[in-house]
Amino acid sequence: MGTLTDATVDPTAVDPTIADPTAVDPTAPGTLLRLATAGSVDDGKSTLVGRLLYDSKSVLADQWDAIERVSAGRGQESADLALLTDGLRAEREQGITIDVAYRYFATQTRSFILADCPGHVQYTRNTVTGASTADAVVLLVDARKGLLEQTRRHLAVVGLLRVPHVVVAVNKIDLVDYSRDRFTELAEEIRAAAVSLGVPHVHPIPVSALVGDNVVTRAEQTMPWYEGPSLLELLEALPVADDPAGEAFRMPVQSVLRPQGAAVSPEYAEYRGYAGQVAAGVVRVGDPVVILPSGLRTTVEGIDTPDGELVEAFAPQSVVVRLSDDIDVARGDLIAAATDAPEPVKELTGTVSWLSDQPLRPGARVLLKHTTRTVRAIVAEVTGRLDLDSGQPSPADVLELNDIGTVRVRLAEPIVAEDYATSRRTGAFLLIDAHDGNTLAAGMTGTP
Amino acid sequence: MSIDVTTPPTTDTAPAGLTDAPHHYRLTRAEALESESIHLIREVVAEFERPVLLFSGGKDSVVMLHLAAKAFWPAKVPFGVLHVDTGHNFPEVLAYRDRTVERLGAHLHVASVQDYIDDGRLRERPDGTRNPLQTLPLLDAITGNKFDAVFGGGRRDEEKARAKERVISLRDEFGQWDPRNQRPELWNLYNGRHRPGEHVRAFPLSNWTELDVWSYIAAEGIELPHLYYAHEREVFDRDGMLLAVGEHARPRTDAELASVRTEQVRYRTIGDMSCTGAVLSDASDPAAVVDEVAATRITERGATRADDRLSEAAMEDRKKEGYF
Repeated sequence: MGTLTDATVDPTAVDPTIADPTAVDPTAPGTLLRLATAGSVDDGKSTLVGRLLYDSKSVLADQWDAIERVSAGRGQESADLALLTDGLRAEREQGITIDVAYRYFATQTRSFILADCPGHVQYTRNTVTGASTADAVVLLVDARKGLLEQTRRHLAVVGLLRVPHVVVAVNKIDLVDYSRDRFTELAEEIRAAAVSLGVPHVHPIPVSALVGDNVVTRAEQTMPWYEGPSLLELLEALPVADDPAGEAFRMPVQSVLRPQGAAVSPEYAEYRGYAGQVAAGVVRVGDPVVILPSGLRTTVEGIDTPDGELVEAFAPQSVVVRLSDDIDVARGDLIAAATDAPEPVKELTGTVSWLSDQPLRPGARVLLKHTTRTVRAIVAEVTGRLDLDSGQPSPADVLELNDIGTVRVRLAEPIVAEDYATSRRTGAFLLIDAHDGNTLAAGMTGTP
Repeated sequence: MSIDVTTPPTTDTAPAGLTDAPHHYRLTRAEALESESIHLIREVVAEFERPVLLFSGGKDSVVMLHLAAKAFWPAKVPFGVLHVDTGHNFPEVLAYRDRTVERLGAHLHVASVQDYIDDGRLRERPDGTRNPLQTLPLLDAITGNKFDAVFGGGRRDEEKARAKERVISLRDEFGQWDPRNQRPELWNLYNGRHRPGEHVRAFPLSNWTELDVWSYIAAEGIELPHLYYAHEREVFDRDGMLLAVGEHARPRTDAELASVRTEQVRYRTIGDMSCTGAVLSDASDPAAVVDEVAATRITERGATRADDRLSEAAMEDRKKEGYF
């Protein structure tokens, strides 16, 4: 874990080039980016996050006082930035990150939800948790050590989850004398590994989280050869979210709203609508839709919110949809565009990130949760395991904790799964232990 | 592949779509948070037998109840609310609580710390604060009513232990949270399965900040207890906080007595009167509070909560035992 030198820490200093987080209007559109960190243990993730928060003036005075007090109590000469996110007692005692910490910060152009994830292989499931909702992942690599097995595993997970943007922070660049050659060599190695593990684009940046080079401000003094953006500048510029206009409409039904005697007013006693969050695309009043898996067709009669009726709804809005015909629709059904509807399936192939201590063996009886539907399932076959070094599948019939592999699953009832590559929300699933309820695997339909 | 490190990465390999989606189909930050919260509340109601919402009349629980009402409109909120009453609550907050519950037609359960003290199941602490005493009545109310999902207004930006917690967080049959062994939580596929006797805490405001809460209150015109806005009050200094002079907090030392004065204050958090401090403020409406919160340099709990100052991991320790 890194610490700061005294010279770099002055909580009262105001750098006029740094955006004032208080100037952000939280109601301004298009400003939210979900971010996660990844990388091997001791590569400096928590320190980098601390530096990002500190240099963007997102650490409040009492939080700063608290970490200075703890650092001083341990005999450290300067404040330990990792303490800003390592909030559990056991994490502070051991100097490691065990579980994801969520932090919130903002600049003038964007606000961020940041998930600081652990590096230990033992806590990979927590990193999968943090990365599953991310728009961008910052993967750390220690400039001295290069790519480690855990770096490759995280890169594979990020590729599998199809996180839209991957930024590789080549950290501790100060410890290799700000060497341009070393950075170039690592950037090349990272790009090659990324491509083989299914990550099409990475943005490498040389940084020092400890001293702050290229984290918020560009390090023109120490790395004049680097002309790219600082980490924060890049994060502010990344585009977020797919455009719903280009997607086919999908809405899993969460619940049927039929108030009857429990209506907010008598005029709604006979109301019947279907509540859900739009998973993809846009729907307009009058659009033809199909209910899946039944295949019944109807049209959208109205789109309601407590604030009034809408003429259209788009992902990821939460709405209530009324349909023109009185047909059987229940929780777990999918309302989809009639012109571009997926097929229900009773068997699927998918890629899983195995998160349980108990190995996965063929024949395992589990629950599969997909959108708002949970069905009984049997893992008919384990068809392969991803080799982290080559990025190629290798033969396997058992998956152990932290393995990434491909499976064939048979389902007791049909689900409407789409390829995860096409639609994250209708392609993702969980495997759940029916006995104790634990989450066994993160699954993605289709093969990578 | 040759690498030119001097080229800015953003123009380098031209990652897919460097232009943002059209403005038209983009949610604002507030809309995105609202939609995420409503989705969670609907999931919990669909998958659990007996949910309940912790309601204290504090701003976070008020926003949570407002979201629940929106999630099921035009049906009423399909679950009751639970208040753990320390017996040291501000009277105007209790009046607000009763008014709000009646307006929504929700059933109110009250778990009373005072009852537990009166019959000896709990003993008053030497420092007089009753916040840590809430855990036992809370767990008894959960068990007694067979609640299997408990909505809480906790936010991850409040405190470093809360920053670590899942949106759906499992509690064992003793009500304990095990921070070292939390379930993975993937995408927005919440897994609330649990064994008999276990329950979950569900946090719809996990990703909201104090500023988000206030911006939402201002935008939605949500009524709050007046204590949240600037008013004149007789206060004194204790442990670096301003406490209101009243039945549950009286100056004890000469220094505290000497510090008694009338100030214009408001509350950033509302809890037990004996340990919740006020802040100097002239913010008399939601818009003014939004401005004030945006400019603050101290966290809300740091400014106003004595119970978090007990130790470095005070919140984590309370949460492990079953606290909110």
